[in-house]
Amino acid sequence: MTGAEMVVQALKDQGVDTVFGYPGGAVLPIYDEIFQQNDIRHILVRHEQGAAHAAEGYARSTGKPGVVLVTSGPGATNAVTGMTDALMDSIPIVVLSGQVPTFMIGSDAFQEADTVGITRPCTKHNWLVKDTDTLPDVIHQAFHIATSGRPGPVLVDIPKDVQFASGTYTPKEKAKTKHYAPQVKGDKEMIKQLAAMIETAERPMFYTGGGVINSGVAASQLLRELVKETGFPITSTLMGLGAYPASGKEWVGMLGMHGTYEANMAMHDCDLMINIGARFDDRITGVIDKFSPNSKKAHIDIDPSSINKVIHVDVPIIGDVAHVLEDLLKLWKANGRKTNKEGVAKWWKQIDEWRAIDCLSYTNSDKTIKPQYALQRLEALTKDRKDRFICTEVGQHQMWAAQFMGFEEPHQWMTSGGLGTMGYGLPASVGVQIAHPDALVINVAGEASWLMNMQEMGTAVQYRAPIKQFILNNERLGMVRQWQELLHGERYSHSWSEALPDFVKLAEAFGCKGILCKDPADLDDAIMEMLSYDGPVIFDCLVEKHENCFPMIPSGKAHNEMLLGEASTEDAIDAAGAVLV
Amino acid sequence: MNALKIKRGSNRKSAYNLRDTHDEGIERHTLAVLVDNEAGVLARVIGLFSGRGYNIESLTVAEVDHEDNLSRITIVTTGTPSVIEQIKAQLGRIVVVHDVHDLTVEGPSVERELAMVKVVGKGENRVEALRTSEVFRANVVDTTLESFVFELTGTPEKIDAFVELMEPLGLTDVARTGVAAIARGI
Repeated sequence: MTGAEMVVQALKDQGVDTVFGYPGGAVLPIYDEIFQQNDIRHILVRHEQGAAHAAEGYARSTGKPGVVLVTSGPGATNAVTGMTDALMDSIPIVVLSGQVPTFMIGSDAFQEADTVGITRPCTKHNWLVKDTDTLPDVIHQAFHIATSGRPGPVLVDIPKDVQFASGTYTPKEKAKTKHYAPQVKGDKEMIKQLAAMIETAERPMFYTGGGVINSGVAASQLLRELVKETGFPITSTLMGLGAYPASGKEWVGMLGMHGTYEANMAMHDCDLMINIGARFDDRITGVIDKFSPNSKKAHIDIDPSSINKVIHVDVPIIGDVAHVLEDLLKLWKANGRKTNKEGVAKWWKQIDEWRAIDCLSYTNSDKTIKPQYALQRLEALTKDRKDRFICTEVGQHQMWAAQFMGFEEPHQWMTSGGLGTMGYGLPASVGVQIAHPDALVINVAGEASWLMNMQEMGTAVQYRAPIKQFILNNERLGMVRQWQELLHGERYSHSWSEALPDFVKLAEAFGCKGILCKDPADLDDAIMEMLSYDGPVIFDCLVEKHENCFPMIPSGKAHNEMLLGEASTEDAIDAAGAVLV
Repeated sequence: MNALKIKRGSNRKSAYNLRDTHDEGIERHTLAVLVDNEAGVLARVIGLFSGRGYNIESLTVAEVDHEDNLSRITIVTTGTPSVIEQIKAQLGRIVVVHDVHDLTVEGPSVERELAMVKVVGKGENRVEALRTSEVFRANVVDTTLESFVFELTGTPEKIDAFVELMEPLGLTDVARTGVAAIARGI
């Protein structure tokens, strides 16, 4: 079997049905093999960054690893942003890159780059395969490492002569994967401590993250059971939305920089914080010295390096969320399902008072479309679709989408959290739609982010992926503009576009449908037109240009120092805070 | 079980026995890291330190198990207790790392470094250099009529002291291996 045949065989053995890629000189033998089979579908993207994000969208929406195939040199370097994004958000993707033949490595050959060197810090692990006999083993290991423990991106760099040479195939079962076996069961003693704390806490708080989603559907089910049984309030990070349903009684909304007032106040004032699969990211904690000062903190995470990295915790539990929650529930139930009912009832009364502030309220207009209103309408008109997937780009629209759209199930919300990659959403939505051909896939976008990878509309049209691009067009880099307003004396340095394309004509040029909407009165009809169109749509929604995203924890401030609206923004951020991002 | 064959003070890759990280004084720790001896493994370790802004005071690496292709990296690093814990956890996360041991907290250990020191001089300086080298139990591994190369093994502090004494006597070159360390006892 040749190396190229082995690649395709290994992908089949791993159950891969879709590969996102772009051919080039150094991967031609693999493309030749792909041509001669029908089990694996290859999706031709328009740019390798698009391939990586599409694979992420595929992975996040299915729970299976996404696969990328790119050529050497620029093919691999273009995929670097996608790999870094997947690393930050713990998304399993396997990137196969071509490389110049082994005997030319180091000679500055055409399209040669030190791919393993460049991608070492942006992958969980990577390999340069110099011997065809080891190739299948490495590919199987790659899938194992990408998907076990804390998931992440891996890269296998395959020189062209290795693809041509013949060798012996190693089946999946015989691959050397045993050495990498992260601990999934949590420590019994620690779980016991946490169960005891749950029984006595007066002001408890569940703080959940993407780890719940990565752990699988069982983890979400166990979380729902735990929350229902205890009746404790629950908030989630941007990455964890959908693990607990937004319609749930105990849901207090997303937390963090643009989270709800009630979620952040509750995090600040709680006496027991149970972090499940989140990592105390700086968007969540605000200034660390003032983070939830009076709480005991438990932290469930599969990655030991997440423990005590940012916030010192009292009860660290290393393990897989589903395994730990199962043990925790079992123990807590066996001990009599006790909680401090009186204390928790009082706590809920306090939370309801915070809730009454209605922090997401905004001033609507009948002249211009407010971005919040646009998303409220989109939510109202699509929330009954059980097969609805929402992707986003990065910026204000992303935060508004998180605030105004409700997620009932895991795997239906795809957004670039850790890296904050503008240009993520469109290719991700392509990946989601390819994995779920009949689903409703919407990318909530800002026009600036969207333009970064707009070439992928060509991919959508080619594969008849009926993705809906819902662009909130304010002709600004809205979040940059907001920070310049708050922090840089309203000097709007390069945060608007002076030459935007006509998105409707652009849609026509791509061979799909374009819809322009600028009057709030027309919005519902326009959204319905988008939803009923059988094919990709670019929806250009002209919105208020100067809307700011609130609530907001300004940099350098604590959870209980939120800005709730325009009136509160004056001198909100001091010099120390201005240094922070 | 224990590939490093040294006594364990804590569970492998465990956060359960973490020391209190509230004390934020700077500490010096010697870590022994057992890794697969394959291309790029040193780059992974060094990249981790530079990428995350950790310090390396000394780093040595050599294959110690030819059958299983394992190398042992000895790293001397400095940082606050929480940074040290984070360094160990981050090292443990590298796929080709088998074991991370903090020799500084896991019971007594021995640290040694080898240095070669070239001293050029004549007359009284030359005699004094040779006399001092005997006090330090250094070996002469090369000599000409006007120079010595001394080979010296010891703790980094001992080598520092020797180098300092050689300075006025005609020191021209120093080569040091960095620290190798191992736990005492069984």
